[in-house]
Amino acid sequence: MGRRVVLGLLGLGAAGVAGGHWLTTELGRLSAALSRHHLNSLSSFIPGAGWRYYTVTDGFPYRAPAVYRLTVTGNVGNELTLKTTDLARMPRTRLTADFQCVTGWRVSGVRWEGVRLGHLLDLAATDPGQQAVTFVSYDGTYTESLTMSQARRSDVLVVDTLDGRPIGREHGGPVRLLVAPMYGYKSCKWLSQIVVTDRLEPGYWEQQGYDQNAWVGRSNGRDDAPTT
Amino acid sequence: MTATGLPRFTRAERWVHRSTAGLVAVLTATGASLYVEQIALLVGRRPLVEAIHIAAGLALPLPMVIGLVVSPSLRADVRVLGRFGTVDWQWLRRRDRRRAQLPVGKFNGGQKLAASVMCGAGLVLLGTGLLLIAPLRVNLPVGLRQGATIVHDLFTFGLLALLGGHLWLALTHPEARTALRTGEVDRAYAEREHPGWAADVTAVPAKPPG
Repeated sequence: MGRRVVLGLLGLGAAGVAGGHWLTTELGRLSAALSRHHLNSLSSFIPGAGWRYYTVTDGFPYRAPAVYRLTVTGNVGNELTLKTTDLARMPRTRLTADFQCVTGWRVSGVRWEGVRLGHLLDLAATDPGQQAVTFVSYDGTYTESLTMSQARRSDVLVVDTLDGRPIGREHGGPVRLLVAPMYGYKSCKWLSQIVVTDRLEPGYWEQQGYDQNAWVGRSNGRDDAPTT
Repeated sequence: MTATGLPRFTRAERWVHRSTAGLVAVLTATGASLYVEQIALLVGRRPLVEAIHIAAGLALPLPMVIGLVVSPSLRADVRVLGRFGTVDWQWLRRRDRRRAQLPVGKFNGGQKLAASVMCGAGLVLLGTGLLLIAPLRVNLPVGLRQGATIVHDLFTFGLLALLGGHLWLALTHPEARTALRTGEVDRAYAEREHPGWAADVTAVPAKPPG
């Protein structure tokens, strides 16, 4: 009997691993449904659904909104240094999308608000013929990059608001990137520098083998449903 | 054996229990500071916490494996834990299990069930943990890492609930704690909770023939 219990649990575990994609999706759906009915406190008790917090450095870096600065530099005619209040005064864009991590978890219907990256590139008077944009995190380690045409998409934002609230430290606040149609690792947290370059430089995870063009469902060998 | 105590656990068994408990405590603390947002923010030092969690996880089966190799009494106890008899089923089914004066052996049905579940869940956590730390260049099928993540989470929640019960029973049964600390259990307690076993231990050995 003891052996049967042990083997049964091992079987259950193996089935869960094999059906993990389905299981994760269903739990995520349940959690999203609870959130929609303002049962956030309940939905947070569903394991495996919701945000997971990653950092590639020793801790979660933090800069208070008051001292935070975002620079736009590189091959531009007009270098920018922006405060959170500058971003707040710019033309704002709202966007609701699922957030999909390349490791499998997905958060449904996340509401973001911020400024289109393309708008910042216009303000900085990007030199003609530039191919790419690099993003640097103030954690001192993380970088990301997009091609110029990706960077100018309408669903690529520099965001400061998440689900109606200022973006917290664990989510990469006060300001982070959101590349809505791509896997989460493209959405650089704790964003501090936007650098316009003449050619594409692979970011932190790309150097470790992840896809540069990280379209959800069409890269990294995954087949998730599109997020936008 | 003394007038008031019966030998219940050998030194090796106590060592296995204590080392495994220590590793589980480390795994719980480090796991919580990787998983729970508020604790993660408080603790930080993620790579270090991760390394400790992985080391403790890899070490988790070692005390048990070493114990099984060196200790015949641990092997005997494991055999007893895995074997469910009529008394164990009665113990699990009957609501008056504590008053029914069942001839419970060294472990009751609940303890046997809990031991099997902990063993199975522990192995699942170890296996999914290994999948999770598999380096990127090992090209695992994409769904596998996702499956391992969710199973690791769900089994952790289940096992923590079970361990909560385990700790509650330990808190409410000081005699059981003493047995795991000193190796000897109070005779009256044993005769009440494990009468079948107490009778076996105290039985006068048969006189040699002739």
